[in-house]
Amino acid sequence: MKALFSPLATFGRYLQLMAKVFSRPERFRMYWKQYIKEMGKLGIDSIGIVLMISFFIGAVICIQMKMNIQSPWMPRFSTGYTTREILLLEFSSSIMCLILAGKVGSNIASEIGTMRVTQQIDALEIMGVNSASFLILPKILGLVTMIPILVTFSMVAGFGGAYAICLSGILTTEDLTYGLQHSFNAWFVWMGYIKSFFFAYIIASVSAFYGYTVDGGSVEVGKASTDSVVHCSMLILFADIFLTQILS
Amino acid sequence: MIEIRSVFKDFGDREVLKGISSTFPAGQTNLIIGQSGSGKTVLMKCIVGLLDPSRGQILYDGRDFVTMNKKERALLRREMGMIFQSAALFDSMSVLENVMFPLDMFSSMTLRERTHRAQQCLDRVNLIDAQDKYPDELSGGMQKRVAIARAIALNPRYLFCDEPNSGLDPKTSLVIDALIHDITVEFNMTTIINTHDMNSVMGIGDSIIFIKEGRQEWTGDKTQVATSDNQALTDFIFASDLLKKARQAFV
Repeated sequence: MKALFSPLATFGRYLQLMAKVFSRPERFRMYWKQYIKEMGKLGIDSIGIVLMISFFIGAVICIQMKMNIQSPWMPRFSTGYTTREILLLEFSSSIMCLILAGKVGSNIASEIGTMRVTQQIDALEIMGVNSASFLILPKILGLVTMIPILVTFSMVAGFGGAYAICLSGILTTEDLTYGLQHSFNAWFVWMGYIKSFFFAYIIASVSAFYGYTVDGGSVEVGKASTDSVVHCSMLILFADIFLTQILS
Repeated sequence: MIEIRSVFKDFGDREVLKGISSTFPAGQTNLIIGQSGSGKTVLMKCIVGLLDPSRGQILYDGRDFVTMNKKERALLRREMGMIFQSAALFDSMSVLENVMFPLDMFSSMTLRERTHRAQQCLDRVNLIDAQDKYPDELSGGMQKRVAIARAIALNPRYLFCDEPNSGLDPKTSLVIDALIHDITVEFNMTTIINTHDMNSVMGIGDSIIFIKEGRQEWTGDKTQVATSDNQALTDFIFASDLLKKARQAFV
């Protein structure tokens, strides 16, 4: 019975925290300042890792498609076509958000968790500041704002990686370009953006929940950081199934 | 003035506070002393509202904090300042930004006025030269002084200090004690200090309550501590052989 009610109790506490988070800010100016800061910290600072991973994965997908799909019976553009579909439909939104759950999620959980154990959150509460809203709301809004930019960078870098493979001579740029443009459906790009908004919300809110509810010391902060990454990843994968069903 | 009446606090089956009543007048330093685990931190948390007491009243100049709604509590909290055991400065902000934070959040001052006020507070704790530094660049004593500056930025009526000398050397502890005492008198604040530092007890204990196992065991001031015949208090204050000998000589 306990195993059944424990996740429900956790979900209840998550909802209670979110009710606190989405309450009216005490001073918009301070929240705005935090929001700008968080966009930089969670979004701009992630561009590097997104570009690097997307470039290499784009290149690897292109090689794999060329080696495993292409045959005399398949059109030459199929490599570019399948590379585009994989990047647009899954990699640049879902897999990229799984990567961000590791980078951004652990960062949020450990930052807020450390603030909890060093009494910085208590200090905010004593001052009369709604600490949950002040710390978490700018992070959620900051990441949700930045995620389309990160998704766009990921798509572009992935295609860049695929084009880089053309330099090795296994594929011509004409074939790749033709494949990338073949039967292009713009909705797939929007689908990636829509999914990423949900994933960004999951990453920021779930990690913040684990950080905010830390009780103890550095060991618990580490555990909260790990838990946040694990739960964010699981929730992103679950949400991906539902969103793909709904949006396809 | 803060008055607490029959405050109880339990965590499930464990009763930590067992009906504590006391009055903490304004303009003097009120000390809560007791062994680790005696319940003094829980009492402090109940007074400032980080924990809700199971029973009892906490009156801030007659206003009952326990029965207040969220909005009233938030307003009253703007009249409070607190210095935490760990200083609890915001790591991501400079010293000046830390002190300006409550002003940014709750005052209607212009940026120039806020900066001036924060610099005044830093000057009061002799840290004006460190305004651009970050908390991790400061010593423990300096961090506590910044915490004091931040706590007094909004001219609070009530100041709370949770073991302000924890982790500090005796000389720095005296500086912090003197600063808290001077500020209390200067601004006529109601100051409550949670401590087990004997220098603080003998130096700035204008009013002292001694808690043992969640009960108020003794009440008095610094002049009465040494001569008290309360065995539990004497065992706690004069725990070491050296202090026992000093007490015998004094008595």
